[in-house]
Amino acid sequence: MVNGLNLAFQFLDSFAFVVLAAAGLAIIFGIMGVINLAHGEFILVGAYATTFAVTAAGLPLPVAMVVGSLVTALFGIAVERTIISGFVPNWIGQRTVGRDLIEPLYDRLADSMVATFGLSLVMVQSARILFGNSIETVGTPFGNVAYGEFSYSTYRLVLAGVSILVLVAAYYVFTRTTFGTRVRATMADEQTAKALGVDTERTYMLTFGIGSGLAGLTGALFAPVLSMQPTLGDQFLIEAFVAVVVGGPSVVLGTALSGGVLGAVSATVTNLTDSTTFGRIALLLAAMLALRFLPGGITGFIERVRSRRQEGE
Amino acid sequence: MAAESATGADRGALARIRGRLEGPNTVGNSTGFWIGFAVAVLALVAYPLVGNGESFSLFLVLALLGLSLSLVWGYSGVLSFGQVVFFGVGGYTFGVVSINLPDPTGITAAALTGVVVGGITAALLGYFMFYGGVRDVYVTIITLVSTMVLQTFMAQTAGSEWTIGEAALGGFNGMPAIPLLELGITGVVSYQFVFNTLELFVPGLGTVEVDPFYYLALAALVAAYLGLRVLVNSDFGRVMVAVREDQDRTQMFGYDVKRVKLLTFTVGGALAALSGVLYAARNVYIDPQVFALWFATLPVIWVSVGGRKSLLGAVIATIGIEYFRLSVQGEMALVVLGALLLVFILALPGGIVPWIAGKISGSAVPVSELDDADAPAEVSES
Repeated sequence: MVNGLNLAFQFLDSFAFVVLAAAGLAIIFGIMGVINLAHGEFILVGAYATTFAVTAAGLPLPVAMVVGSLVTALFGIAVERTIISGFVPNWIGQRTVGRDLIEPLYDRLADSMVATFGLSLVMVQSARILFGNSIETVGTPFGNVAYGEFSYSTYRLVLAGVSILVLVAAYYVFTRTTFGTRVRATMADEQTAKALGVDTERTYMLTFGIGSGLAGLTGALFAPVLSMQPTLGDQFLIEAFVAVVVGGPSVVLGTALSGGVLGAVSATVTNLTDSTTFGRIALLLAAMLALRFLPGGITGFIERVRSRRQEGE
Repeated sequence: MAAESATGADRGALARIRGRLEGPNTVGNSTGFWIGFAVAVLALVAYPLVGNGESFSLFLVLALLGLSLSLVWGYSGVLSFGQVVFFGVGGYTFGVVSINLPDPTGITAAALTGVVVGGITAALLGYFMFYGGVRDVYVTIITLVSTMVLQTFMAQTAGSEWTIGEAALGGFNGMPAIPLLELGITGVVSYQFVFNTLELFVPGLGTVEVDPFYYLALAALVAAYLGLRVLVNSDFGRVMVAVREDQDRTQMFGYDVKRVKLLTFTVGGALAALSGVLYAARNVYIDPQVFALWFATLPVIWVSVGGRKSLLGAVIATIGIEYFRLSVQGEMALVVLGALLLVFILALPGGIVPWIAGKISGSAVPVSELDDADAPAEVSES
């Protein structure tokens, strides 16, 4: 019983970690086709902003988390305007040399990767120069749940709950609202969407802002439980990419499913071997096998099975 | 190389060699280029007389790693983060074998084993991916994940149970005390390349002491560059480029796309492993940092900045970026490097070398043709 509870808690923990790590990336990579290697640093912005809102401005933690997410969203919009879409440099270019200086990075996987890696170097090092090698951490709220001889941080359970809320909200926004439809139309075929009256520039900007805001929220939520150092984003990056890609073409649903599958693998192996290292290795190997045997990811596989069944009828 | 100076029968042989080295798949097909190339090689040969060859040899070794990615990504369109996997596997294999057999024959065998094991690793991973129908961004992610698996795994091999023969893998701290690189056959002929000085008599300068490893690395780099030029300008190279440009159409024409990708990936893996062997031999040390994310990203950056469709770009950018990265100290170095990467990739998406080549040759290679998107990037619909 106690071992079963341990396993359940470990599963919730891994699930929340994978889903929250992937949430912002699912939108920026999954929907916009921009490999954002600075994703971890967006999380860093959220975590630092939240921590400073508590320690320097004295805000209560939940308010500080909202502030952290908003700051990251605004930061993301600024990045989108200057680097990803090239709007600001091109505006300056039009005024000074009379031509566009750069091309947008949408759907240029490799180039977006190099550009965002450069951005991530700048951000990590700037954080180090400005704030030093670590900053003060805010305490973990809520205390512990005790069961038998074990206890478990209540806050981590809250994280699991929030991760599900985030998924539901993202699913709702991108599938049930006009904005979501515009986003998907823009990503599927920019020219046609533009011809039908969608302001694609604005859509790109807002989508990137939402993705960044979610990354910031992840940072805000993990701020109380991580050591606050400039490299804190690194631990999220790989799991985030893996979850999004294993999830497949339907990104929100896919992220939920891959979070479940990968979380289960990681929790089980961690529980069996008593080593988080082997849990992580198992998670990564499971992801490699999933990519090999389900080339379209989990949701791609579901899609195929469904269409085959329809053909059979 | 200087084809004009050749006379009579020589001209035929030189022209044949030159014909093999030149083609539409590489920049630099003019006599002027080869003169410049000869000058650059001579300058590199002379560099240890004025500069520090012992530290510069690192850049030459890493340039081999850059070349391996240029081949795999730039010519057959497979964006791989896994070059450092083969690099690290080669280095670790070299360390394990040479610690167990620390005599010249053993060390020579260790170097060869490192390259072969790296190549086999690449072949296995490539077979797993390409023959399983994995494509595009999924290949990239699988190679990235394989790097992370090795990093996580190697970092926990600190215990005494992770010992192969005499060699302890050493976990996070890595594997120190790799024997000095002494190539040859024990008792017959052998030469120690690292931590050794070669005394050369240079007219005008008298006797100078240089680092023999530098010349080993330089020879390996020049040989690899010229060898890859022959490869990419051969018929097989044309098929590689066809696969890069359009896989489905190449398959329609009856080429075995999977086999082409697997072969290229294996050759690239072996080359990366050679780089790893030389890296471990040069540092007499290797640790799991070679599998770290930042290190896995470096080759992609070198090749992007230099121009991924150009072997020369990979070499120049690797040497340039690494020289800059390691020589500029202080806390602003990484900020400047990051900003440079941003500016280069945004302003010159095709890379520096193709851009310069386009400028020099007028419009022989239009830059606009070089910066098209490399892979269909539609990842999602919802």
